[in-house]
Amino acid sequence: MSPLAFLARRRGGRGWHWTDVVAWAWLAAGLVLVFGPALWLVASSFKSPRELAAFPPTLLPYVAETAVVNGAEKPLYRVTFADGTTRTLAELRRVGIVAQMVDPAAPGETLKVPIADRTPVRSVGLAWSNYTEPFLHFDFLTYLRNSVFVTATATLITLLTNSMAAFALSKYDFRGRGAVMLLVIATLMIPLSVIVVPLYSVISALGLFNSLWGVILPTVATPTGVFLLRQYMLTIPDELLDAARMDKASEWQIYWRIVLPLTAPALAVLAIFSVVWRWNDFLWPLIVLSRKELYTLQVGLNTYAGELNVQWHYVLAMTVVTMIPVVLVFVFLQRYITAGIASAGIK
Amino acid sequence: MRLALLLTAPAAALARALDPPLRALQRVAGTRGMIAFFLLPNMAIFAVFVLVPMGANFLYSMTGGTALFLGDRSFVGAEHYARLLDCANHLDPNSCRDDKFWTAVWNTARFVVLQVALMTTVAMVTALVLNREIRGRGFWRAVFFFPVLLSPVVVGLIWRWILQRQGLLNWIVDALGFQTVNWLTERGTAFAAAVGVSVWAHMGFYALILLAGLQAIPRALYEAAEMDGTRPARVFWRITLPLLMPNLLVVLVLALIRAVQIFDEVYVLTGGGPGTSTLFLTQYIYEIGFASLLRNPGLAAAASILMGAVLVVLTLAQLALARRNARR
Repeated sequence: MSPLAFLARRRGGRGWHWTDVVAWAWLAAGLVLVFGPALWLVASSFKSPRELAAFPPTLLPYVAETAVVNGAEKPLYRVTFADGTTRTLAELRRVGIVAQMVDPAAPGETLKVPIADRTPVRSVGLAWSNYTEPFLHFDFLTYLRNSVFVTATATLITLLTNSMAAFALSKYDFRGRGAVMLLVIATLMIPLSVIVVPLYSVISALGLFNSLWGVILPTVATPTGVFLLRQYMLTIPDELLDAARMDKASEWQIYWRIVLPLTAPALAVLAIFSVVWRWNDFLWPLIVLSRKELYTLQVGLNTYAGELNVQWHYVLAMTVVTMIPVVLVFVFLQRYITAGIASAGIK
Repeated sequence: MRLALLLTAPAAALARALDPPLRALQRVAGTRGMIAFFLLPNMAIFAVFVLVPMGANFLYSMTGGTALFLGDRSFVGAEHYARLLDCANHLDPNSCRDDKFWTAVWNTARFVVLQVALMTTVAMVTALVLNREIRGRGFWRAVFFFPVLLSPVVVGLIWRWILQRQGLLNWIVDALGFQTVNWLTERGTAFAAAVGVSVWAHMGFYALILLAGLQAIPRALYEAAEMDGTRPARVFWRITLPLLMPNLLVVLVLALIRAVQIFDEVYVLTGGGPGTSTLFLTQYIYEIGFASLLRNPGLAAAASILMGAVLVVLTLAQLALARRNARR
């Protein structure tokens, strides 16, 4: 079977219909539009500032080749002379449109070359300094640490408090359960952007302004998490709990030893969501954190990108770093998320 | 598995250590007390960080001054609301006392209509394509979902880099022989970029919900239609669309709720500019409440309550839809 016939083969062995062409064109366009921008970001993040400023841009990152002349590194150029011969020369200095150049093999003789007659000698190479510099000389290591701390802590607290509340709301019959459920539903209606002003003063009053805990605490009691876990816990048979009570298990043990392990799949989904939510949070950290050493990656990145003279080579590299955890989640855990959305419609 | 054990071991040890005191608590307080114990952490956080602020929001909106603590603020009644709503002609922001607010309102309205329409259409087509018998459906589903996970800051920066004056898009435009455009500093194109980028970032989520709906439609219906020789267009209008309607409505309402609150990715992409052409409501609230020199928390609170009212209506619609869907 030829490759083309293999690709064109449809299940059921029927022939091609025009809708198949449209469908595959749509998928191909989606592939390019989704991953193209992300790959362009990654490719750009390995370019030197000089290359980033070039237009038209190159597809792949290049680095200029250099040679050592009189103990100093000088960039190499391929020079075309008037008689048609070409030589590879190193640039000593450039004055206006004329460059003073030497042959690295014979550094005694200086040639004056119009810059229009030369092209830089480049090879594909990665400017790793875009990645190392921000960590060594800027605060990005601090930002990364803050982001990891906020994400991990908030996720742990979310899992604990949401599962405890969901346990109470699914496994006990008590007066006021309906009211509590209504309260949880009501909080669905109040997104953070609606209560930023008073929330800010609550945080200040608690002394949590300019503290990572001020970022963590307001976000952990997610109504979606309570809902998701409660729906799942409702499917656990009550007989299991009653049997444990016969064996003198305490209510805490029932929660911890029986219900929680059985809820593991739903907990995993909530954990994945929580990690992505908290890692990506922007507006609230932007408001609560005003001291630079407390910034999360998202806020720090926005600050660097908002400067008058944006250092794009650093910003692009740090954008890639910020993207890495989410890409890992995507590659390894994407199935659980898509399943979670399909079943519960959460985000 | 061993990793999971390693991660849960400290937690398990802690839980074991907690058992004796909690057993004592159960003896004293009874099962009812334990229910309260389980509910307490989550509900306390809800109360302090959601319910109290929600109530305080009304008080802020009715007090004036730049002071943060309610005790230091003076009562001004409905003045902030009057100021926000005072317009000679509500369609023209320049005739309003707070022209920035109305610019944000109309920008947001325009954004919501365009973004939701475009996103629902694209998500619908994507879901229909993914619902076909294609090879590697899981892979393709993942492809469209990828941008949903990216942070708004990353999304904003990726596109700012592509749309800048010397960016990838202008390179393509230039290579095709057209005049390059400064996408993010011209009013029309910046607004279009805000719509397009937010669709790029969120479409995959809605496509998944629609796909789940499509897969729930019984195959027998399609087989029957095929036997009757029904044309595909008719199958779509008479079978697919009516049966997908519950999911489509959920998608519409969810997309509306999110679009009204649009902020992060557009803020990173354009900063609300050029001028105020991509200034949306949440950014208005953020700037009036926190970021501007003449900050006015009361005014920001009043604006957020007006936005909240719209969201409450939309959320109630969503819940009503969810309930109706669940009953089916």
